[in-house]
Amino acid sequence: MNKEVYLIEDLSKAKKVPTRDGYGKGLVDLGEKDDRVVVLCADLAESTRSHWFKEKFPERYIELGVAEQNMATLAAGLANYGKIPFISSYAVFSPGRNNEQIRTTISLNNLPVKICGAHAGISVGPDGATHQALEDIALMRVQPRMTVIVPCDTIEARKATNASVLCCDGPVYLRFGREKSPVFTTEKTPFEIGEAIVLREGKDLTIVGCGALLYNALIAAEELSKEGIEATVINSHTIKPLDVTTILNSVKETKAVVTVEEHQVAGGLGSAVAEALSQHFPAPQEFIGVHDRFGESGEPDELIEAFGMGVKDIKAAVLRVIKRKS
Amino acid sequence: MSHYIHDDKVKELEAKANEIRQSLIEELVEAKSGHTAGPLGMADIFTALYFHVLNHDPKNPDWPDRDRLILSNGHICPIRYAAMAHAGYFLIEELKTLRKYGTRLQGHPERERLPGVETTSGPLGSGLGQAAGIAYGARMDGKKFRVYCAMSDAEHQAGNLWESAMFAGNNKLNNLTGIIDRNNIQINGMTENVMPLEPLKAKYESFNWYVLEVDGHNIEEFVDAVEEAKAIYEKPTVIIAHTIPGKGISEIEFDFNWHGKPPKPEEGVKFLNELRTLGGKIKSEHE
Repeated sequence: MNKEVYLIEDLSKAKKVPTRDGYGKGLVDLGEKDDRVVVLCADLAESTRSHWFKEKFPERYIELGVAEQNMATLAAGLANYGKIPFISSYAVFSPGRNNEQIRTTISLNNLPVKICGAHAGISVGPDGATHQALEDIALMRVQPRMTVIVPCDTIEARKATNASVLCCDGPVYLRFGREKSPVFTTEKTPFEIGEAIVLREGKDLTIVGCGALLYNALIAAEELSKEGIEATVINSHTIKPLDVTTILNSVKETKAVVTVEEHQVAGGLGSAVAEALSQHFPAPQEFIGVHDRFGESGEPDELIEAFGMGVKDIKAAVLRVIKRKS
Repeated sequence: MSHYIHDDKVKELEAKANEIRQSLIEELVEAKSGHTAGPLGMADIFTALYFHVLNHDPKNPDWPDRDRLILSNGHICPIRYAAMAHAGYFLIEELKTLRKYGTRLQGHPERERLPGVETTSGPLGSGLGQAAGIAYGARMDGKKFRVYCAMSDAEHQAGNLWESAMFAGNNKLNNLTGIIDRNNIQINGMTENVMPLEPLKAKYESFNWYVLEVDGHNIEEFVDAVEEAKAIYEKPTVIIAHTIPGKGISEIEFDFNWHGKPPKPEEGVKFLNELRTLGGKIKSEHE
């Protein structure tokens, strides 16, 4: 596996663009390709970037006002009729506030509604705990029929948005961040829903990550390499269905794993990996994420550090997990 | 006299409603759980819908141009199942599988299991949004079918429903007709004691809906209201159907204790006799 095929040449020179921009561009791509695609938004068109679709396809943009529960039920009706609705809001509200409506009217109905949660994670920053979704992956992962995708940068977000229509007859959850984050994949980086990507290979441990924090994981791996520790880094953009084979193949070699996600460690990617490993190949695991706390106001980078998700925290977790290898 | 339905047809539908009520009692006795009062109260309206109002084809439940009937208060599904069976969607015999393991007739209806139920429902307040979504999508494509959404009265205590009502009013979804089972009961007692809904008509009017009120056991009145709704261009219409919970069985009528329990077998015999003899007015061949 050659990492140059998949990533930009110099990670330190990555441009910064929010993943939600990739969502907005993906919607416009879809608008041109597929007449069935409609976009719903609950008074957050600019923030969720769904306004790009609105400008281009006003007749297929549906405004809900501040009504996320109705957004879910209306989308279920539109999909029931034959449309492919994307519902856009902040993740705390959708799939947070409207969780039961998603469960009953979208998942149990088995309808192709795409739930797009923007402003997920602590990196929302100054808005504080009320607007920092840290449990949305867990909420969506436990619903039967739901596919869960967390893109790592704007390029992957655009690919994921496009792919979500073709992949699944049922519902899909797409998670996006607010803050500008490094763009480290390229147009050529492969993306298939359900297929994790090995971004870097190393023999000493496996880092499995998703979302913008994968960049921190890659930087940590580069720094560790200089210290003689070689990490495999896997981009597990699809959390459900988890690519157990790719993760297992790697952990069977390295015998240790660190999971990295901007989410509660309960119920997210780390939990999904632990569930798979405990069944097939138990291995020491360290969890980078939020440990049973709510977020708070602050600058995004400052909060990532304060909540233990910075490069130095990932490196420390790596050292801990290597010590635990028997 | 109605301009929309012949007297003979009304009589035929009334007789059909009585048959459907009998199937409902048999269905619930067999199931040993489920709701009785609400389904009985909506027997006349579901009969009118399936045997006169809806443009549908029981042998082709996925026909794209069919009228959609969304049942928001999924717990009264036994009456929908009974009406569907009588209309020919499936054999009446299958009603006996209600709520049993492996059945298509789930305790609360599921779209994936039984063709023709349109949506999965049970959690209250979420049907109108789905009905509005179908109506909105249909209008985008210039489709002519109509969307009906049957709701309970007490589910109007749920916020989701009013979000949907606001949306439908704002978007002038004239292809959408709501039907409210205004029977005044809910699990904890009378609606006006638990959490008052009145003035319900004024609430809908203030959300830019056209409102009609009918006697929910007068098939002629109900059919007239449904037809009037088709002529309203600028608004969605809601028909507030005043019904008697448990209608047709004197012991059940108006008693909220019958909301969520089925008749016991011996009660079933008595209730079926009441229906077959039209309350003792005629003799039943079953005696």
